[in-house]
Formats: sequence, structure tokens, C-alpha cells
Amino acid sequence: MKQSQSNQAAEQAGRHVISDETMEYVGILAKLELSGQEKQEAKKDMERMLDYIDKLNELDTSKAEPMSHVFSINNVFREDLVEDRDGGEETLANAPQRRERAFVVPKTVDQ
Amino acid sequence: MKLLSLTAVALGKKIRAGEVTAQEAVQASLEAIQQKEEQIHSFVTIDQEGALFRAREVQKKIEAGMLTGPLAGVPVAIKDNLCTKGMLTTCSSKMLNNFIPTYTAEAVLNLEKAGAVIIGKTNMDEFAMGSTTETSAFGVTKNPWNTDYVPGGSSGGSCAAVAAEEVPYALGSDTGGSIRQPSAFCGVTGIKPTYGTVSRFGLIAYGSSLDQIGPVAKDVTDCAAILEAITSYDKKDSTSIQRKDADFTSALVDDVKGMKIGIPRDYLKEGLDSEVKEAVLAAAKVLEEKGAVVEEFDLSLVEYAIPAYYVIAAAEASSNLERFDGVKYGYRAKDYEGLHDMYKKSRSQGFGAEVKRRIMLGSFVLSSGYYDAYYLKALRTKALIKQAFDRAFANYDVILGPAAPTTAPRLGESLSDPLKMYLGDVYTVSVNLAGLPGISLPCGLDKNGLPIGLQMIGDCFQEKKMIRAAYAYEQTRTYQQSPLAEQ
Amino acid sequence: MSKEYETVIGLEVHVELATKTKIFCSCSTAFGSAPNTHTCPVCTGMPGSLPVLNKKVVEYALAVGLATGCKINQYSKFDRKNYFYPDNPQNYQISQLYLPLCYDGGIEIETESGSKTVGIHEIHMEEDAGKLVHDDWEEVSFVDYNRSGVPLIEIVSEPDMRSAEEVIAYLEKLRTIIQYLGASDCKMQEGSMRADVNLSVREKGAKAFGTRTEMKNIGSFKAIARAIEAETARQIDLIEAGQPVVQETRRWNDEQGYSYAMRSKEDAQDYRYFPEPDLVPLVISDAYLQRLRDSQPELRDEKLARYISEFELPEYDAQILTSVKKLADLFEAATKLCGKAKKVSNWLMGETMRLMKERDMDPEDLAFSPANLAKLIALTEAGTINGTVAKEVFEQIFDKDLDPEQYVETHGLKTVDDEDALRSAIAKVIQDNPKSVEDYRGGKEKAIGFLVGQTMKAMKGKANPGLVNQILKEMLS
Repeated sequence: MKQSQSNQAAEQAGRHVISDETMEYVGILAKLELSGQEKQEAKKDMERMLDYIDKLNELDTSKAEPMSHVFSINNVFREDLVEDRDGGEETLANAPQRRERAFVVPKTVDQ
Repeated sequence: MKLLSLTAVALGKKIRAGEVTAQEAVQASLEAIQQKEEQIHSFVTIDQEGALFRAREVQKKIEAGMLTGPLAGVPVAIKDNLCTKGMLTTCSSKMLNNFIPTYTAEAVLNLEKAGAVIIGKTNMDEFAMGSTTETSAFGVTKNPWNTDYVPGGSSGGSCAAVAAEEVPYALGSDTGGSIRQPSAFCGVTGIKPTYGTVSRFGLIAYGSSLDQIGPVAKDVTDCAAILEAITSYDKKDSTSIQRKDADFTSALVDDVKGMKIGIPRDYLKEGLDSEVKEAVLAAAKVLEEKGAVVEEFDLSLVEYAIPAYYVIAAAEASSNLERFDGVKYGYRAKDYEGLHDMYKKSRSQGFGAEVKRRIMLGSFVLSSGYYDAYYLKALRTKALIKQAFDRAFANYDVILGPAAPTTAPRLGESLSDPLKMYLGDVYTVSVNLAGLPGISLPCGLDKNGLPIGLQMIGDCFQEKKMIRAAYAYEQTRTYQQSPLAEQ
Repeated sequence: MSKEYETVIGLEVHVELATKTKIFCSCSTAFGSAPNTHTCPVCTGMPGSLPVLNKKVVEYALAVGLATGCKINQYSKFDRKNYFYPDNPQNYQISQLYLPLCYDGGIEIETESGSKTVGIHEIHMEEDAGKLVHDDWEEVSFVDYNRSGVPLIEIVSEPDMRSAEEVIAYLEKLRTIIQYLGASDCKMQEGSMRADVNLSVREKGAKAFGTRTEMKNIGSFKAIARAIEAETARQIDLIEAGQPVVQETRRWNDEQGYSYAMRSKEDAQDYRYFPEPDLVPLVISDAYLQRLRDSQPELRDEKLARYISEFELPEYDAQILTSVKKLADLFEAATKLCGKAKKVSNWLMGETMRLMKERDMDPEDLAFSPANLAKLIALTEAGTINGTVAKEVFEQIFDKDLDPEQYVETHGLKTVDDEDALRSAIAKVIQDNPKSVEDYRGGKEKAIGFLVGQTMKAMKGKANPGLVNQILKEMLS
């Protein structure tokens, strides 16, 4: 992600400044479109949260392995046995738009 | 004596004894809901017909001797992020305002097998994101002790429904305190079990590595019995753990002699309301008088739990909530131009502000160039927090402290300052990060007449020690009904 | 004068594994059903659903890793790859980024310019996406999740290939290995093997790589060769014109013979990978790995060597027979039954190949049983039928898998060994062909061939040609 020089400087000072481009970019990633005021508020909230999260930098975590699972459970498997269900009617039961047995979406071809 | 003033276990006993039928219990619950909903709004969906039908079926089975468990015939309310086949499941979001699952959450199935009768689905913070139940798309739930105050969240509907005596018990979910904090604010008891104890299949995920389903009820006995019923090893949940010690009711013993209880000094520092502190220390004193060894100790790292938690929870949520896109189920915007516009409009219109805030934060901390600095850093911090608890549990059987720094805030007070709201989770989130069990139970009222919650934390898989300590403490008190319950 | 350029190619090959069920749920992987038939809450991303890993997927992936000389990550994890697209029901794909199952391997390939090793960077497991069908008239597409969650392995090569020829050799070798393992049928036309081509060019002798482009999901070996040539030319043109090559994903249109960029401002290519919290890590023990190693089937190179030494086949024949597992399986099964390796090989190399060509078939489509081929060989060896009849019978076996013993019996194709019958037939041939008899007697040895042919014709092909020859000579002397 691109970040302007001034942003980096601000970050070092412990104060996050999120640019409009960054908000735009995160919006593309998250598929969210915020209105003008919403965007300003979200930006402010995010800056405050990131400033707060920076507290973690006080902590020396160099000796700690990142822990994604709390317990060391490994190797949970299924056997390769078919259990077919109702043939898809349930899958389509909540479809906002369907035609026969398929979900309908706006055309996905890019060109 | 009103039926709904009974605990779930006591009501179950009457039903099995033939003094009350399941239909009567359900009818009483429906009437209470009808009478109180306007004031507190704890439900999103009330399934009157279905509940009465199921009650008849259950009653037949009880009479035929096919259902003999403690919860047979007892009505229950389910948090609206637990899927219920054929019954609207909304997560209190516009995004899912028309979603009817074709499957039932494993924990709910377990309750149904035990003869529970589902009355309806309870209100919550949208997608469990919030601490007040004010972020619900379907209106706020109010605190049965004083309707100017929030019930806490995110399982605010479940806790308010129990406290108002609309139902004898309910299921909630807890990602960072979402069972324990509203239990504290509503003066009821709630357990967040060890991660992996209750199957997450059918629980609409917020933070997958943190989420657990748990009971909300009037007392420790109920919670132990409910937890016993919903605990199961589920092959559909890879993080499910096979527990051979799930007979939690066997821990309902009024004896804490020699039990070692630690109070983290860091939990009593600034930020903690003085009345809450007093009540918690008084509870510790009670346990000490009953023979427990109580001492203060340094848990350390307490102030890092919230930032680590919000990074991890937001990151997982940003990914978990990607599936809500207007294609397969749920809300789709009316007008759009092309695929990506459909995605953006559906999600922007379907999600509320708090959910969007967390999705944005989560997407940001996972994005290219930031992953190490935020997400990995948070996972390393989590490892250190787990180690700190491991050290503590080498010395203590149970950790004791407040469930929340204050009693319930007034409606509207928290949402204006999200960060401040997040800080209210200081005593609860580390329990989720470390996968530990925690219980919140009432330990007094503040000067405004609002309940104060006492939290006990057990080591992983040590629910029984925690339950024993909580039960022993509870024996020194009488259950206090909320004003709304007395109506 | 123009400079000399070198093409640098790396491949990402996706292979659908031959499991009965999907990678994270128990839905069938069967082809050809109505849309969304083989679906459940898990493979359609329903809220609250959770993945559970299919054990067989790990076995297949490890088998391919071992067979391609990879090291195995004995502690491996799944990660989420986040991107929005309707064929991806959760809008994240469960894949492996940080700790892929297999890494750091390689395979030998042979081309006209000699043999070389193509490095394999890693092999990881992931789930396939659903299928999108575009409406011809309306601006809509239809989504079918039958393929969603079908297990894939992605085999990522090092950028070690320099030509289309090497790429094809690599793909063919990979396909043979995977087919031998039974891990996939690797049919490109059906999409069970797909390749993404990463390609850059640089001046010959240069150390640094040029900027690469990626061409996705090209559907056949021939199309891959064409795409490589076109993309190489396109990049050289850009460089010669002093324009930059843009790092991008391109789609190859094989009918039109050109590729185009798949750029979109909504396509940030920032996948926000993080460890999948709904799945637990994989720990592969030494003992398990050893068991897998011990139970690995014989692969092509070993088989090739064995065919030459054990059955004394010429190398060329052994090459052909082992090139496709189906042929090797037929060869071994028939040989085991009749004990005549050379004869079996001849039938497969000769008539089988001829008929396959005539009927435009692939070896995978061969449907006859090795038992019937073995019986046919036994019949010829015993002299029960002669070579001409055998070819006729084989065609029946090839097409209909008929039992040759029964066929020979019901059609009366047995060789006639009755000397009296032969002698009278030959006597008639001698009488009817005085010219040839005269030629033979006059020293034209070849003339006897014609007389043998006439006798065979008279006997409707069922005579033993050796015996005919012998009696003819005797009667003419």
C-alpha cells in the first residue's frame, strides 16, 4: 500500500494520519462505500484506534511466536465419504435472485 | 409463585414431576414477553406458534419417559447469531433481515435433544460487535433494572430476557465478553466456556478464534446444567475438543476450603469504579471466610489485551463477513451498476456503522505492508498473555475480578466514543485471547440500583473449579430480581 | 541489428485431486450434475458453516510432493486468501501461503536440447471455485457451486523454463507422475489440470529477470505453446519500442491468438492472507511419511528401467508403454496372465496404436480387458488361429472387449490342421495354376508365395501357413 512521507512521519510520532486514498483503498478491499461524512468519521475512528493499538509497540514480543490457535490440536480430518444432501434446493432457498437452479449476479466478464 | 421466577432447573423439575406442563411453561413465557417486550425489546423474533407446537411434542415425550433431563420442557431464548432451521436468524442486521437458515447450530440442536423449547431469537449488537446492544439494526434493548440504561452486549437481548423473566434461560455468545459483561449489567449469571467446548457450527462467526457459545441464567446451577447440555464434540467443527469432564453439575459443591484464588492487582487500578471495586473485594472476603486462600498478584500485560484483541477480532471479522455480498442470501441493494457496485452498495447499506468500522480496521491491519506490524504483533502479544495466565494458574485455582469496570452506562452514552466503549472490555477480552473459561455472577448493586458483576476465570478445561467457587459464593446470597421481573 | 532475447517461464499448475468428496465437506465431486446439486452450507459459504479437512487430500498432495522430490513441511497450516468474486462463495479461498505442505523439489525433463531439472518452489492445497456461466442476452451471469470446494493442489515451479518445448515437457512429465500416483486424471480439456504461465523476457546473458506477466487458465498444451510464443513476441516488441512491460494478469484468447490485460480498479490484488482460524494445523509424523514413501506406487522412470531389464523390451517400446499409465497397466496385467511380454508389447505397440489412431482415441479411452488380450495371445501361440485371423479377432476385442475363445469358436476361425483336407486343396491349386508351378520348378522360388496365398484363400484363411508351405514344397518336388 502506498503511503505518503508525511504519513510515515506522523506514524513515527505515534499519531496516525490516514489519507483519503488509504480509506478509498481499504474500501475497495472490503467492498464498502462510505458516504462523505461516514468516511470522515471512519477515518477519525481508525486513526484513534491505530494510535491506541500502537501501545503494542511498547511490548517486546521478539521472543514470542505468533499464536493463532490457543490449543495445540492438530490433524482433524474427515474420511473421504460422500454424504449428498437434498440436491441443492436448500442452497438456493435464500437466494436474493435465482434462475432455475443457479444464483444470478451482474455479469462478471470484465471486457 | 410465578413460573418464570423459577430457575430453569427448578422449572424443569416441576415439569418432570407433572406439576406443570411444557405448554404451560411456554405459555407463561409468551405472556411475559407480550407484557414486557415494549419496555425492553429483548427479542428480534418470537415464534409463538412454533414454540407451542414444540412444547406439545416435548410434553408427549416427557410423559412417555423419553425426555428425562433437567431442561426438558423448559423454554429458552437463543441469541440471534445462532442458526435455527426454518426460523429467521438475523444477527440483528439489515444484512440478514430475511435469512432463514436450512440448518440448526449444533449447540441449539443439543438443547433441543435435551427437550428445550425455543421461544424465539434475542436481540444483540449487530454481528455481535458492540458492548451495549445499541448497534442492533432492529432497535436497542433496554436494561430491565432501569430502562434508561443499556443491558450491555453483545448478548444484551439474552441477558435482558432472563433478567426480565421473559424466559428462564438463554444462549449467548462471547467473543470478548459478550456473555459476561451483559450478564453483569443485567444481574444474571453467564458462562463463557473454554474455547472448543461448545461447537461453533451454526454460530455466525465474528472472531472465529475467540467465539464461544455459553449459557445465561439466574444462577450457577442453571448455567452448569445448560453448559453440560450444550457441550459436545462436534466433527463439523475442527476446533471442537473432546471433553471427558463435561459433568459440570458435579462441581456444584459449597466448599472452597483450601482453594487458591488470585486477584490481579492490575484489575483494581484506575478506571475501576469504586463501588464495583468494593463489591468485588467484598465477594473475595466472603470466599476467604469460607476457607479459600485469597491473595492479590501481578498478572501483567493487562493493558495490552484490548489492542491485541481488537486487531485480531477485527481482522477475523473482516474476513468472516466477506460472505455477506448479496449473492447467496441476505440483503442485496436495489439499484446498482455491475458486480462490484452491487457488492459495495449491498454491503454499505446492509451493515451498520460499527460493523463497517471494524471491517475497515480489520481489512487495513491485514493489508499489504501492515500484516506484520499489526496482525502478527497482536498474535505474539496473545502468546505472551497466554503465558501470563499459565504462570498465574500455576499458583491459583481461580482468578477473581470485576466483569466490567463500571455498571451499565446510560443509553446513548457509549456509541459516541467507540474507543471508550472498547476500553470497557478490559477484564473480559484476555479470557477470550487465552481461550479460558469465565463466569460472571451478581455480587451487589450500586447506588443507582444497578447490578454489579463478579468475574471468575478458570484455567483451560478447569470450568469445574470456577463453577465450584462461584457456586460457593452464590450460596451466601439470595437472587435479586430486576424491577421488571417483579411486574 | 536486433538483440537476442531469452524467455523465462515459471508455471503455476492447478490439479483437481481424484477424491470422492470435496476438500472441506462431504459433497460429491462428481461431474455433470445440474447446477448446485452437490452443495451444502460449507461449500456455499453459508453463515455459521465450518470446514473440515478431507484426509485423502493430504495423502494425495503428499504423494505428489514425494514423487517430485519435494521436502515436506511437517508442520503445515491453511491460510485465507481474501478476494471478492461470485464463484468464491465465502469471498475468501482457503489455501496455503505461509507453510505450504511441500516445497523445494524438482523434476527432470527431456527435450531435444538435452535434459534439465525444473525446480518446484512449492505444492500447496486449496479449494476450487464454482462455475460462472454468462447469459448471452442479459447482463447477468449464473453461479453454480458444484465445483466449489473441489480439492486442488497448486504446483508452483521455479522460473526455470526457457521455451514452450520445455514447458510442454514439464507439463507432460508432471501429468505422467500424477496419473501414475492416481492423484488426478489430469485432463486439461475437462479442467482437472490447468496452468497459469508466468513469463518474462530478458536480453540473453542478463542476470536480472524482466518484468513478468501472468496468463491464467490456458486450456491445452497447444494453446500454452501458442500463448508463450505470442507473449514472448509481445514483450520483445515492447522492449524494442522502449516501452515498459507492465506486471499484470492477462487472459489468453486462443481462438483470436492474442492476450489482453484483466485490469480493473476494483481488483487490488491485495489478498490479506492470514492463518485460517477454523482449521487446525497439520502435523506430519516421520512414521506417517515413511509409510507413505513405502506405499508410493512405481513411477514411470522405475517402470521404464524395469521393462527393459525384466521383460527385455527395446527402450523405444518401453518408452511408449510407460508413457501413459493406462498402457503400462494393460501391458503388465496381460503379461502376468499369458507370460509373453514381447507378444503383449507387440499387440499394444502395433494393432492397438493403429486402431487408436484410426478411431481418434486417447490411451485413457482404451476399454478392452487385459484378460482377452492374453487369451488371444494364447490362441495364436497354440496355433489355434493364425496371424491374419488374430488381427481380425483383436479388432473385435478392441471395439467390444469380446472373449476371443468364444468368438473364434462361434465364427469357426480355427486353423485347419487336417493334412488330407490341405493336400486336396493344394492339389487343386497346383492344378489351377500351371504357370506358377512351372515358374517354381524353373527355379523361381518366389512363385511359391503365390501358391501359398491361393491355398490360404481356398482355406478361407484358416490354414496354418507353415504347414501349407511345407506340403506345397513336398508335392512340387
